[in-house]
Amino acid sequence: MFQAILFYLFSAVLMGAALGVILSRNPVHAVMFLVLAFFQSAMLWILAEAEFLGIVLVLVYVGAVMVLFLFVVMMLDINVEAVRRGLTRYWFLGLGFALLMAVEIMQLIWLRGQDGVLAGGFEPYPEGYSNTKALGSVLYTEHVYAFEIAAVILLLAIVAAITLTMRKRPGLKVQNIASQVAVKAKDRLRVVKMDAEKRQ
Amino acid sequence: MIGLQHYLTLSAMLFVLSIVGIIINRRNLILILMCIELMLLAVNFNFIAFSRHLGDDTGQVFVFFILTVAAAEAAIGLAILVVLFRNRRSINVQELNTMKG
Repeated sequence: MFQAILFYLFSAVLMGAALGVILSRNPVHAVMFLVLAFFQSAMLWILAEAEFLGIVLVLVYVGAVMVLFLFVVMMLDINVEAVRRGLTRYWFLGLGFALLMAVEIMQLIWLRGQDGVLAGGFEPYPEGYSNTKALGSVLYTEHVYAFEIAAVILLLAIVAAITLTMRKRPGLKVQNIASQVAVKAKDRLRVVKMDAEKRQ
Repeated sequence: MIGLQHYLTLSAMLFVLSIVGIIINRRNLILILMCIELMLLAVNFNFIAFSRHLGDDTGQVFVFFILTVAAAEAAIGLAILVVLFRNRRSINVQELNTMKG
């Protein structure tokens, strides 16, 4: 019962945050609502006894990805009003599609669930069960190849992001180390032989 | 009793909301990226709910990989966005018609 109350509370806040993401006029507010949505999702995952992924969601998403979004939103000087102009032209179309899809998915879930296959709560884990340990024992044995590919994908993301955003500025004054090292004394200094001046 | 159906319903609502977000925010590229993040979150909800329902941890391993790929996607997408803004001074999707697509 207490779990149900918590579930509905977190779900309501999650839906409100998602609405805030898609409706807020200011992109900074949208990012903040997205942070709230991720946090509520982490709570819901912990409620479903997927503790490791809940903590990972907070650490990776709220801690890293959302901060990245916030950096970009604040760095770009976006003209909010100009971007938002002409927004509401398609909202009824979007709402229609959304209602259609929602009704279809709901009837699929709830009508199919009547035969009892989908119904019922999750089976609680036994006492002393560690979600992190269970995930690790699967991840590093059966899925170790996929795990290494994930590492390569992260490396690829680092390289791609740096290559995309690095730029060579024209007209920048930099040292040419090679020519500095290779210079000889006689290129810079000229010894001139001349007679001494006569006393006047 | 909170179970699979409740989590699937929540995930469906989240997914539909993010689709609405993409439709009504079609001009702002950064909001579209955020809506894609919300969509991936909804998919992760499905994976976790089914993993718990079937008692199979492989679903949660999949969520782990989706989080990895989504982080890489966000990093590269934001890098492209920064380069785009530097070149065009705008992130309006409607003005990105260089390729005449």
